[in-house]
Amino acid sequence: MASSTINVPNASPVVGSRSFLSRLRNGDEIARVITFLFAASVVLITLLLIFELWTGSALPRHKFGLHFFFTKVWDPIAEQFGALPFIYGTLITAGVALILAVPLGIGAAIFLAELAPQKLSDPLQFFIDLLAAVPSVIYGLLGVFIVIPIMRQFIQPALKNSLGFLPLFQGPAYGVGFLTAGVVLAIMVIPYIISVSREVLMSVPRDQREAALALGSTRWESTWKVVVPFAKTGIMGSIFLALARALGETMAVTMVIGNTPTISSSLFSPGYSIAAVIANEFTEATGDMYLQALIELGLVLFLLTFILNGLARLLMLLTTERGSGMGQV
Amino acid sequence: MNARLRWRKLVSGFMLTMTGVCALVAVSVLFFILGYLVYHGGNAINWDFFTKLPTPVGESGGGMANAIVGSAKLLFLASLLGVPIGFFGGIYLSEFSGSKVAFVVRYAADLLNGVPSIVIGIFAYALVVLPFKHFSTIAGAFGLGLMMIPITLRSTEEFLKAVPRALREGSMALGASKWKTIMHVVVPAAYRGIMTAILLALARVAGETAPLLFTAFSNRYWSPGWNQPTASLPVMIFTYAISPYDDWHRQAWAAGLVLLGLILMVNIIARVILSRGVAVPRS
Amino acid sequence: MQASARPALSVNLKPTGIANTSRETVAPSSMRMNISRVNFFYGEKQTLFDISMGIAQNHVTALIGPSGCGKSTLLRTLNRMHETVRNARLEGEILLDGQDILSQDVTQLRRRVGMVFQRPNPFPKSIFENVAYGPKINGASAPIAEIVEKSLRRAALWDEVKDHLHKSAYELSGGQQQRLCIARGLAVEPEVLLLDEPCSALDPISTAKIEELLVQLKDSCTIAIVTHNMQQAARVSDYTAFLLVGQLVEFNPTPQLFTTPSDPRTEAYITGRFG
Repeated sequence: MASSTINVPNASPVVGSRSFLSRLRNGDEIARVITFLFAASVVLITLLLIFELWTGSALPRHKFGLHFFFTKVWDPIAEQFGALPFIYGTLITAGVALILAVPLGIGAAIFLAELAPQKLSDPLQFFIDLLAAVPSVIYGLLGVFIVIPIMRQFIQPALKNSLGFLPLFQGPAYGVGFLTAGVVLAIMVIPYIISVSREVLMSVPRDQREAALALGSTRWESTWKVVVPFAKTGIMGSIFLALARALGETMAVTMVIGNTPTISSSLFSPGYSIAAVIANEFTEATGDMYLQALIELGLVLFLLTFILNGLARLLMLLTTERGSGMGQV
Repeated sequence: MNARLRWRKLVSGFMLTMTGVCALVAVSVLFFILGYLVYHGGNAINWDFFTKLPTPVGESGGGMANAIVGSAKLLFLASLLGVPIGFFGGIYLSEFSGSKVAFVVRYAADLLNGVPSIVIGIFAYALVVLPFKHFSTIAGAFGLGLMMIPITLRSTEEFLKAVPRALREGSMALGASKWKTIMHVVVPAAYRGIMTAILLALARVAGETAPLLFTAFSNRYWSPGWNQPTASLPVMIFTYAISPYDDWHRQAWAAGLVLLGLILMVNIIARVILSRGVAVPRS
Repeated sequence: MQASARPALSVNLKPTGIANTSRETVAPSSMRMNISRVNFFYGEKQTLFDISMGIAQNHVTALIGPSGCGKSTLLRTLNRMHETVRNARLEGEILLDGQDILSQDVTQLRRRVGMVFQRPNPFPKSIFENVAYGPKINGASAPIAEIVEKSLRRAALWDEVKDHLHKSAYELSGGQQQRLCIARGLAVEPEVLLLDEPCSALDPISTAKIEELLVQLKDSCTIAIVTHNMQQAARVSDYTAFLLVGQLVEFNPTPQLFTTPSDPRTEAYITGRFG
């Protein structure tokens, strides 16, 4: 604190330089403290969130422990809660989504980064960014009225006829289910893969591609065998990012997945995801154990996305390091 | 040209064309979505939609006036939470903080950003609904506001940092305090970017449904004040879409069109404004 | 210096202010590449004006000149690398072994005319995979491992890396990486090797190693090198072309250009009056 012996009248500003300075310092200090409090509140909120998830799931954690993750049964009446069907559904739909979205996304990113002239690439990227802004519930709307009928009438029968020997494509096909949810998720997740991959590809040094071309590579060979591997880490990062989004998506999934806690080897089967069951049953949950079991599911989802986002960020960090030519991952 | 080279060139042409197809497919999805919304929702949009309340279950007609107002109220309240924290927090990160604190705050913001929206809903439920024992606009707005924080925080920080040092130094050299410099020189210089980032954050949370499902819940009527459950566009779309009534389906399309139309418009305007200056930070 | 007999050269260059268009009187068959009235444009801007010269077989030809004179641009036309830039346009004729390179398939051309770049740019693969890349893509006439060894030997790198072939190329020093890039280029057995300021990012010792290398390589390869270092050109090359603002000012055997330049601008440049 100031140890000056100047008396600062506390009404209107004084002209004397010393008092002006000390007011200056105070003003800045106050500003620093206030803005610090706002910034700190972000940290506090985040910690509070984790805390609430943890304490809010105390009952089932104590009762079921780790069995929670391996139990198939979800029976609110008997108060038996197991997360397995939801974990299964979440992972399967995310898996289907990635299988569809990654090739499409990387392909599109290659086009935008390597082939399209700037005048085409930038507007296209603009549209893709807009696609990322479409809310989940709108995708759900289209899922319910467009995708489900198409799946039921065309795609699922076609798959059944051609690949029906695989357990993946057996069983009754009503349009809802893991496959449909995966398809809708794929559409939602593609923009993320494209944006990040495109950026990473564009940052690959020109002379990598030129060196490949100078050795007599075709354009595709130089792209696929040199440029894409160089950008490999960043592209992996984009995939993890996409996966994290897919795992947390609620509305679109719950509108097309069928909302039955089943574990089935068939992609046509209706199922459930963690986010979907929380969305559907939270307000109907009777009793603390039921509600807290749902909260524990929320905790699981939080941890999953936390780890994935962390990995994604790590990979992006490694990408920028590599960009300066400092070493290979 | 030998056969091998011919084959390689064929493969090259084919694969490169396929990448073009991928890009075409990805971009055309956007237009498909818009097309379907316009087609199905276009003729359901009428004056009633914007002015009438929902009719009792099973009856046709009515509108979503309460949902539109509800969404507006939620967004307004959410920004009261999200914008100040993000804005002033961003100022702290950009102008005052040391690197360690900055790292922790940014990490927390990134973490918050990555939390699935349904989990945000659980948090808002635990914090606002449970203690007061009922659903409310405040609870919903709290959830949405939380989601706005990381976007506004990072954007403010980035845009402030982009303001050249020379501007700050010029101001301080004239005797202005750091705080005055920030408020009168630096922030105005970054104003455009920060405003559009806030708009983008609003557009993002305007479409969020999951955090509202058990906070603001829903309401067939008007929701006076801030303390009662309220209807909102996204939740209405969800409820109507999964219902068995055709008329409700129609209204869901209409609501979807309105919602997406607004969101896209804000996005387009914001991005165009920003493209004339600094790049858009990834949301 | 050279193993093969050098045909007598008398290069008629008139010391006027205009770039000379007459070709030297050496028999065309000893010129691996012939450059004829080449003009080059980036969009509307012309950067090379009416260049005519040749790249002599089994010799080292150096392109020198101040920054921005067009020497790299010219070099890059020789394997059509300029086509990777959207607005680039080439007029004129460039022949490889008497055939116009512009009408050939570009992929095939680039196998025959290789390039080493200014900054070492190994692929993010192992040392082995870097060198093996070219043969694998183009189809190899011998086992890959043999080709890799042969190329690394030609690049004077084999002894240093033979026990570490599967390590990442990025673990090598700058000079080693550049020699790796040379080995990589040699692995496809090009007829001509183009080097664009290959030593500008390297320390003197690595530079010396590479210069030694080039002198040995020309027995099996035709070499064209761009350099901003005149002493390097004097040390390493048999023929030197001096370019200034996109024009070919002088093209002569190296000793002659450096001791008795025919053009006053050449003399001004090599005596350091401008740079």
